[in-house]
Amino acid sequence: MTQGPADRSIQRGPGRGITFWLQLLITVLLCVFLILPVMMSLLAGFTANYLEGWSSGLTTAWLIKVLAEYHASIALSLQVAFACLACNLLIGVPAAYALFRSPSRASRVIEELLVMPVAVPGLATALALIVTFGGLGEWRQSWLFILIGHVLFTLPFMVRSVLAVMSSIDLAALEEAARSLGANFWQRMVYVVLPNSAGGIVAGSLMVVTLSLGEFNMTLLLHTPLTKTLPVGLADAYASLRLEVGSAYTVIFFVLIVPLLIALQRVNGRSR
Amino acid sequence: MRARANSIPARIPPGWVESPLLLLPAAVVFCAFFLFPMGRLALIGGSGPLGWGAYGAALSDPRYLASLASTILLAAATTLVTLIVSTVSGVFLTRHRFSGRSLVVSMLTLPLAFPGVVIGFMVIMLGGRQGLIPSMTDALFGERWVFAYSMTGLFIGYLYFSIPRTILTIMASAEKLDPRIEEAARSLGAGPMRVALDVIVPALKPALVAAGAICFATAMGAFGTAFTLATRINVLPMVIYTEFTLQANIAMAAALSFVLGAITWAALALARSVSGTSVAAAG
Repeated sequence: MTQGPADRSIQRGPGRGITFWLQLLITVLLCVFLILPVMMSLLAGFTANYLEGWSSGLTTAWLIKVLAEYHASIALSLQVAFACLACNLLIGVPAAYALFRSPSRASRVIEELLVMPVAVPGLATALALIVTFGGLGEWRQSWLFILIGHVLFTLPFMVRSVLAVMSSIDLAALEEAARSLGANFWQRMVYVVLPNSAGGIVAGSLMVVTLSLGEFNMTLLLHTPLTKTLPVGLADAYASLRLEVGSAYTVIFFVLIVPLLIALQRVNGRSR
Repeated sequence: MRARANSIPARIPPGWVESPLLLLPAAVVFCAFFLFPMGRLALIGGSGPLGWGAYGAALSDPRYLASLASTILLAAATTLVTLIVSTVSGVFLTRHRFSGRSLVVSMLTLPLAFPGVVIGFMVIMLGGRQGLIPSMTDALFGERWVFAYSMTGLFIGYLYFSIPRTILTIMASAEKLDPRIEEAARSLGAGPMRVALDVIVPALKPALVAAGAICFATAMGAFGTAFTLATRINVLPMVIYTEFTLQANIAMAAALSFVLGAITWAALALARSVSGTSVAAAG
């Protein structure tokens, strides 16, 4: 147990001993593991022949091919995602406010129940919807069938995001102040509650759109040949088309989803 | 949560009618499109050729039992490895400030909401027939090591989607650690391993349990990745899918769904009881 100066430098704080470099190595390896395949699919989507590599030349042909074949799926996914967001704003935000106003045992149970569609595998929810409503022909063919699944799945994210913000500020006091000044329910909603919960609503909205655009587990069972969403088309392309086409399709998906994810990181980072 | 409970009382006069009314739309949607259909599904699970025995078969038939066991094993292995690497990296990132740190954090958390199908494709990019690692092993050893379309590929894919969300949870919790306690342990002669196991891990325990339970539940219920990689992989969600689509055995698919749902729900309930709030998206 010599305590020479060399030992000291290793022992001082979480310094630059072997542990430091080992941790750094693992962190770097994780980054490579997570980002490398993303980069590779970006490259492959623009490469004429992936097996031959770069020498075969760069092309946008695959991208154009995907857009030509799957533009309807992409449009449908955007339609479902924004309709899902609208539903969440209409029913999720009021629900969060109601749960915030009356923090009783019952609202804990309701909160708990609302999370069920996320806790239960999407396959099960989709099966339940199909056995219950699948018999109604027109309904089954409609994109609204998919929308229902997406709303169930995303609702808890909106409710919890808004609820978290409402709980973190003293909204009750602000509202009480407005009320004492004579503001009625709607005035308090528009001028006090909604502006003060805006952060949670924005974060929840980003999450809802992101999740809806990527939802696959439920949608695979809920969709019909006429209501194929983007991720269902992706699975299709991965299974039956060449790697370059699958990559190009993935590029399109990333273009839609990565800005949302970055915005989400920003919003969450600011509130932290 | 507790703050909310404390900030409310007395200030708000009783007789509020708005709250229940505001909850109503969400409650109606939830009951009509989730509770009611789930009830129907539970009944259908008991209406097949086996009757209510379908639920028993889901837990006793060797075929289903084998897939249940391999799913649990896969989810457990994913959870263990994810927790280890995420803790190492998460604690590292909270302890050290360096230029590019926020970029590293963004990179590690970017795949947070990638759907399972896309993650399956990421695994194909790494270990598929034309993937990076098989090309490398081909160049080095003259043999293509293709692992994407098997249990190994699924394991890699589950790590891929578990690591980002676990790192976030660990980092949030590690920020509250007091470095002086580790300093004290170190000055008393504890090596890095001892500090990690006796000081850091116990302090992070709630976060580790919560993140681990979410990780386990998500890996149990994940379907998109397996669907992309190979329909032959014998995991429970895949079995449910084939029972429903190929065998048209809706009763068995329903019974298996409930078994799977019960496991994932229980794991998430554990996470929520430990950490208070956590919602996980299924891959």
